[in-house]
Amino acid sequence: MAKKRDDPSIENPENVAGNGLLHRRALLGQGALFAGAAATGLGASLTRAAAEPLVDGAGANQWGRVIAPYQTRSPFESDVVRTLTNPDNLVRNGHARTPHHMLKGMTTPNGLHFSICHSGVPDIDPSEHKLLIHGLVRQPRVFTMDALARYPMVSKIGFLECGGNSAPMFSNEPLQENVQALHGLVSCAEWTGVMLSTLLEEAGVDPRAKWMIAEGADAMRLSRSVPLAKGMDDAMIAFYQNGERIQPEQGYPMRLFLPGYEGNMNVKYLRRLELTEGSAMSYYESRTYSPILPDGTAYQFYFLQEVKSFITEPSPGLTLNEPGFHEISGIAYSGTGRITKVMVSADGGMSWGEAALQDPVLPKAFTRFTMPWRWDGQPAILQSRAWDESGAVQPTRESFIAQRGQTTRPPSVLGFPSQHFNSITSWAVDTNGEVRHVYA
Amino acid sequence: MSMHRFAIIIGFLGGILGFALSGAAFAAESPNLGEPISEADLAPWDINIMPDGTGLPVGSGTATEGAPIFVQKCAICHGAQGEGGEARALNAGPPAATLDGGKSIANFWPYATTVFDFIRRAMPPTAPNTLPAEEVYALTAYVLYLNEIIGENDVIDKDTLPEVRLPNRDNFIIRFPERI
Repeated sequence: MAKKRDDPSIENPENVAGNGLLHRRALLGQGALFAGAAATGLGASLTRAAAEPLVDGAGANQWGRVIAPYQTRSPFESDVVRTLTNPDNLVRNGHARTPHHMLKGMTTPNGLHFSICHSGVPDIDPSEHKLLIHGLVRQPRVFTMDALARYPMVSKIGFLECGGNSAPMFSNEPLQENVQALHGLVSCAEWTGVMLSTLLEEAGVDPRAKWMIAEGADAMRLSRSVPLAKGMDDAMIAFYQNGERIQPEQGYPMRLFLPGYEGNMNVKYLRRLELTEGSAMSYYESRTYSPILPDGTAYQFYFLQEVKSFITEPSPGLTLNEPGFHEISGIAYSGTGRITKVMVSADGGMSWGEAALQDPVLPKAFTRFTMPWRWDGQPAILQSRAWDESGAVQPTRESFIAQRGQTTRPPSVLGFPSQHFNSITSWAVDTNGEVRHVYA
Repeated sequence: MSMHRFAIIIGFLGGILGFALSGAAFAAESPNLGEPISEADLAPWDINIMPDGTGLPVGSGTATEGAPIFVQKCAICHGAQGEGGEARALNAGPPAATLDGGKSIANFWPYATTVFDFIRRAMPPTAPNTLPAEEVYALTAYVLYLNEIIGENDVIDKDTLPEVRLPNRDNFIIRFPERI
């Protein structure tokens, strides 16, 4: 058996790692590999009993529904929804988490993009909305929405992740939750708007300015200090999401978009930018998004969402109905740049095979990875691990917890023991095909 | 002056002129559609409070003055004594915060000015940005008193608040200094 772990390809040439992980191109039109696969079990379905007779479904011969002005998905997909932490709109914040286990591809549908609002969802009339840029600039200026709409616009596909996404994994014991509960506070969309550098250059930045304090027009005027360097680099004032105007939960009529930086800094309903020498030390930067470290100190100005990946299928709730071929699918992303490699393990990290990356692989965007897998019906532990173009690698849980700490007792799955968790997620598959969250 | 030197001077001037023109043409390409606004006109939106006290308004308050305002406007969520309820506890909490919880102004927040800034812009959540400066100062004083940072009759105003030093201020590590 040890020999098999060392070189799984000895038994089957398309095996690349233990417990049935196949070469990433095994089913992608590689004739020789596929022929080999058919001989070694992938073609198992050929030996099944004959198929059921073909019949027409209910309503197959009836006139269908009217075409709607704004189309919606099939009623058979009505369970593909976000999970809400504040469905009765009590006077506290509310979160909506993306159901990654029911989605594919690299962009998140607008209706399923995660959202966090700290003072409810405002419905802002764009004719009343303005953007003020002031502070350490040559001349303070105020922009109407009509004025901003005339600026050159650019589009960028980018992920947006709450600094507290995956926080339940700081728990000292693995919480029995699904990928939506654990990792649902990250999504990816195409954002279209005006490069902030254009407006800052027009404003004439005083060389003393090092920060910009961004503020929203929501009731609490949520504010965050952002390094001016980010503002001059790839920051955008976004008006469109996946081609249509940003929805109210994402900041209508416009939001700040800071590719790769923690979600809370991407201020929604953006109405003001004040350029300053120092940070404002606002509530969210000085308290909430300052992660505590085991020695009692805390990180300040973390900002960056580091390289991370997780498997979305199989995952808890998606039971494997029979042994045989299954495609492992997941998401990888990094706030530093492009994903360069994702490795997948089916034996809890003892052996790894390289996953296929779906094109296009864009910087600071979701990269969909896939891995063909022949499950033999025995227990398996699935993991993924990502690398980015800066050379950063997703840390193992052991090394991550050693540096960043964990709780002493399991927290609520809705709690945020710390922030900026980017270690490996492990899914255990049992002999019934059921999947649960484990630490491995 | 030789023709040669004259040509050099003309060429030099032409170079300057050409640069100036191209610079003007470049500036004109930026839409420049923002309307200039005076500091006086933008003042109603200029609400940031900085750690050095910049932005703090005229006014003052003490914890004694803040206590009844807290009961009236804050206790419903934060508890009668700031012990917490639907919203966070506002008392001193444990000696140190950990991953199990317990971040408080006394054991974690770096700057007292953040208390004023956040109360004014965000509290109470059903009517933020409505408290007069005197009430914000009084509530700031009361919350600092609950955290055992100041005495109940210490006056908090634009001069004294930035002088309040919170115990945990120097206990932070900037994660990526090169990004600032």
